[in-house]
Amino acid sequence: MTVDGSVTERPNEAVVADAPEMDQEPRRIKRKLPKSLFIQPVLILLALAGFLIWRANATLTTVQERTLGYSSIKAETIEHLKLTFAAAVIVLAIAIPLGIALTRKKLRRVATPVTFVANIGQAAPAIGLFVLLAIALQVGFWTSVLALCAYAMLPVLANTIVGLRGVDQRLVEAGRGQGMSAMAVLFRVELPLAVPVMLTGVRTALVLLVGTATLATFIDGGGLGVLITTGINLFQPKLLVSGALIVGLLALTVDWLGRLFEELFRPKGL
Amino acid sequence: MSETVASTRSAETDSGPVSGAEVILENVGKRYPGQQQPAVGDLSMTINAGEIVMLVGPSGCGKTTTLKMINRLIEPTSGRIMLGGEDIIKANGDELRRRIGYVIQAGGLFPHMTVEANVKLVPNMLGWDKKKTATRTEELLDLVGLDPKVYRSRYPKELSGGQQQRVGVARALAADPPVLLMDEPFGAVDPITRQRLQDELLRIQKELRKTIIIVTHDFDEAVKLGDRIAIFRQGGEIVQYDTPEEILASPADDFVESFVGAGATLRQLTLVRVKDVPLDMPVTARIGEDKQEIARRAMQEGARDVVVVDERNRPLRWVDLRELEGSGKLAAGEDNKLKVIGEGATLNDALDTMLVSSHSSAIVVGRGNQIVGRVNVDIITNAIALLRSARNGANDDLDEMPDHDSSTRPSGARRVTR
Ligand SMILES: Nc1ncnc2c1ncn2[C@@H]1O[C@H](COP(=O)(O)OP(=O)(O)OP(=O)(O)O)[C@@H](O)[C@H]1O
Ligand SMILES: [Mg+2]
Repeated sequence: MTVDGSVTERPNEAVVADAPEMDQEPRRIKRKLPKSLFIQPVLILLALAGFLIWRANATLTTVQERTLGYSSIKAETIEHLKLTFAAAVIVLAIAIPLGIALTRKKLRRVATPVTFVANIGQAAPAIGLFVLLAIALQVGFWTSVLALCAYAMLPVLANTIVGLRGVDQRLVEAGRGQGMSAMAVLFRVELPLAVPVMLTGVRTALVLLVGTATLATFIDGGGLGVLITTGINLFQPKLLVSGALIVGLLALTVDWLGRLFEELFRPKGL
Repeated sequence: MSETVASTRSAETDSGPVSGAEVILENVGKRYPGQQQPAVGDLSMTINAGEIVMLVGPSGCGKTTTLKMINRLIEPTSGRIMLGGEDIIKANGDELRRRIGYVIQAGGLFPHMTVEANVKLVPNMLGWDKKKTATRTEELLDLVGLDPKVYRSRYPKELSGGQQQRVGVARALAADPPVLLMDEPFGAVDPITRQRLQDELLRIQKELRKTIIIVTHDFDEAVKLGDRIAIFRQGGEIVQYDTPEEILASPADDFVESFVGAGATLRQLTLVRVKDVPLDMPVTARIGEDKQEIARRAMQEGARDVVVVDERNRPLRWVDLRELEGSGKLAAGEDNKLKVIGEGATLNDALDTMLVSSHSSAIVVGRGNQIVGRVNVDIITNAIALLRSARNGANDDLDEMPDHDSSTRPSGARRVTR
């Protein structure tokens, strides 16, 4: 290599004596999982153990025995999760592509009205949404899923839009400037950089779904809500509290899984 | 448009063969939708293969627009742009851009990709095989002065601003494009790093001889880097397009004059390299030497201070005669007051460095960071006198001259275009 003098064999050291503090190398990034990520599952397990111990030792009436039987709790939990995940899959399949489309140049202008509609879906009282849809369609699992979707669309849509809008436009331009196609820039630059914000939206939606799925029982959609409604109807606080506790633990578990996912899938280097 | 053959710097004998391509803009215009005035009205210019052309002008005059029309990030609304004889409007935009290097401020690196992944981007798009791409990446990181072993797997956040900018240049050069476009590439780094990056760009250019078009706000940078400078006025109008020497010696009109600013002679210091002037050699000393012995040597030379060097003659720090009082050996100490520059630095860089040095001089280092001399006020003064006699009083700005007294700091008058 030619050395015209201004640059020596070790260009990084050429002016080291000169301004060490000005162009100093930053520290290397180390990834560390936050402490709360380890505490949360411990608390969940403790609460679950507490419930199981209580359940094993409590004196229960026959109705309570039947409703709080392990097999029926298990069946209701599985149904609850089915509701949640069916809705989640549909929400993701709609909200993410929609969010992407709404941040493209051509559709940018309609982003606000569309978010507004999604906002209505969420702002409407959830129980009203379930009942209205049940009247309009029919009662059952899929109507419940539909109501849940309308309810959980906003966080995913909004965070997809916010995440993509938050990507530095100079990076998009740098990508195009290197000859990447618009698609390549979307998949290799914009989406990876928007992932942290988008995942937060997904987690929020999932937690919302777990909670809201308790309402499905009102329109015959199944799920853990039945514990709570039975508890209220028959004035059985034990059922009511048990139902609420299990739903709460489920929501916390989903939240924890979401957090873990966010930590693991956050692009390195950010 | 001047038809002078390549200017002094690109004509240097030991430079490589031209690998750049000629770029011709013919009556190019850009009108943004909904705008009264076109951003670029009717621009024609020829950029010779293998030259560095600097685009300077006030903010909003259409420099960036012009630059981005060359790689069609912005589509011209009129005119024609030829790249190495090919009409670029007919090319596919994405494919065209893979053949043109593009560097923006702060490098524009993708933060979620390692240095290596950033550099490999274009070769991968072009479908190069793995081995060729890997070799090329290493070669490029070496070229921009980053050790591939150390930096390859780092993320941009783990690099300093200057290093990011180097990677940006490496990425742009990855597929060996004939043309490089740079939009204020060194705008985001501190002055000393900027000076170093400029020197390196010149070194790289000497080897590669690309066609490089650089937008800058810094007229000193334009003079230092440019084989030619195009001075723009509002609406993408070129007021003067010529070699730095010519622009400094005879500005086309008042607009250019104001742009060149006061003290054109001082600016000409940017045209002189440190290695082209006779240097002064300071008294040197090594750690562990007898203090009285050093003091005697310094006194003999009439020096008030001494440069401490290490066993390989690399300068470490200044020592005042006062610190050499008493007996004993010279001890190691903090080495924070010494300012060094490379031999390829301009006298302007030297002046900059001197002004922030506590010893009113800049130590010059050569190969292996060994000390080769120093630039002091006398040397600069002599150079100014020479430049002035060369200009033969064509443009008399005597009053802009610093006194020979080192306490005069002309820096205030020097950077007008910031
Ligand atoms: N996307 C755009 N839409 C509309 N007008 C634009 C757009 N980009 C630039 N302009 C206008 O075109 C003119 C030239 O802009 P350009 O960015 O080329 O200037 P510039 O010389 O690079 O300025 P600066 O030195 O501030 O970067 C300006 O008046 C600017 O407002
Ligand atoms: Mg600009």
